[in-house]
Amino acid sequence: MDLAFIIEKTTLIVIIFLLSLVIAAYSTYFERKVAAWFQDRIGPDRAGPFGLLQPIADGVKMFMKEDFIPKHADKWLFIIGPGITIFVALIPSIIIPWGPPLEMFGRKIALQVTNFDFGILFIFGALSVGVYGIMIGGWASNNKYSLFGAVRASSQMISYELAMGLSAITIIMMTGSLDLNEIVAKQHGMNWNVFYQPVCFVIFFTCALAETNRAPFDLPECDSELIGGYHTEYSSMKLGLYLFSEYVSIFISSALIAVLFFGGFNFPGMDYFTGNTLAIIGLLVFFTKISFFIFVFMWIRWTLPRFRFDQLMHLGWKTLIPVSIVNLLITGLVIALYEGWFWSN
Amino acid sequence: MQSLTNRKKVVSDKPMTLMEKIYIPAIVGGMWITFKHLMRRGNTVKYPEQIRPFAPVYRGMHVLKRDEKGRENCTACGLCAVACPAEAITMTAAERKKGEEHLFREEKYAAVYEINMLRCIFCGLCEEACPKEAIFLTDRLVPTEFHRDEFIYGKDQLVELVDNRIDITKRQHTGKRTK
Repeated sequence: MDLAFIIEKTTLIVIIFLLSLVIAAYSTYFERKVAAWFQDRIGPDRAGPFGLLQPIADGVKMFMKEDFIPKHADKWLFIIGPGITIFVALIPSIIIPWGPPLEMFGRKIALQVTNFDFGILFIFGALSVGVYGIMIGGWASNNKYSLFGAVRASSQMISYELAMGLSAITIIMMTGSLDLNEIVAKQHGMNWNVFYQPVCFVIFFTCALAETNRAPFDLPECDSELIGGYHTEYSSMKLGLYLFSEYVSIFISSALIAVLFFGGFNFPGMDYFTGNTLAIIGLLVFFTKISFFIFVFMWIRWTLPRFRFDQLMHLGWKTLIPVSIVNLLITGLVIALYEGWFWSN
Repeated sequence: MQSLTNRKKVVSDKPMTLMEKIYIPAIVGGMWITFKHLMRRGNTVKYPEQIRPFAPVYRGMHVLKRDEKGRENCTACGLCAVACPAEAITMTAAERKKGEEHLFREEKYAAVYEINMLRCIFCGLCEEACPKEAIFLTDRLVPTEFHRDEFIYGKDQLVELVDNRIDITKRQHTGKRTK
């Protein structure tokens, strides 16, 4: 652990942290714009050119609001809830491979804060802790709507985590590794997993929508039934953190979908480039993919109505899990045939 | 049993078919519809920069007219106040003194003339009631204020300026007074 290494990683962490926050902030702006476009409106256009300063105005507004803690709330849990949510939402960003290694200052800089052999497991671990922030916030508010939101969030997360895990296992089987770098490397060029596993992709994407509490699975906040769901009692920047963490997790989920199914930073014709050119193009390609998925998340939100809770559970347990298990079995069978398990010797 | 009105409808609760259970065709169809809207621009008028043209007979903020010599037309007869269904108009009459002939056209005038713009419903009945062609509604808008009392417009806001007349020729269709 020399000094240069520490500086390199610290810089990377700070850049990724700020980038996640900036992207999340601008996702709020973009979400309003996209919503407006889908509804034949214009959207925010007053703050700065094209309304580009809107997220900053929103942030200032959030800070200026009264930071209210209800009398009957559990104070410490109430404060810690949003913190856990945003922390857990940001955590998976350390392991996502953002691009091919850069060469700078005579060093090879991997565009990934750290790499574990069990990368995918780490991400799933972090994602499932994500519900704690919501659960704690909803419970500590001591409000029936918050509690309902929290209970819904946790049951929804548990239900969809299974199908998500099963579809991820399919990808792991195809790659033969839990390492995100290897999963990306395996999809070199245009060999993206989505072409081999479209069903798996659809399941994973549906579960990602559910995990990030986005429409049509936004039952935990569900304004029309639960006022604000788990953040009914929150105000000021605590509410801001909850809303923010939703966008951070959309960003991270989009990155994860891009890594697992759309080849991460791989793009067709990448063999013609080397070194830093490759790194920069790869980075741009990766962010284009992420932006596209963020857009699809919003597109779906402004298209579909919300599921009823029994439909949600029905879809999760009776449709997605069986389909992903069948998909898993077929994938296993195909791999076994391909590797020649049945007729060698 | 036969229903009385025959308007009863049987609600369909048939189970979903396989295609409907898959959801994806319906979702793709819905997303295509929203995508078509994405490609389309709305009819938004960006108001402060872009003003939609008013009809010539638009009923907006009132004006108290002066005649060609710059004298106020209003004689404080009170017909507008009587006609007003919202009771938005109040006035106090006063007698014209010697030497004020250049200010008021007839020997009685409104010393105070107030319209409460929050009460006003812009029906234009005051304009119809006026025998002296003194009050007209114009195509100007009543601006927003922070306090209610600022909406009570006195003569300082209602009477047109001598050197800045307000054109109401398009509204002079009553035919009571011809030039």
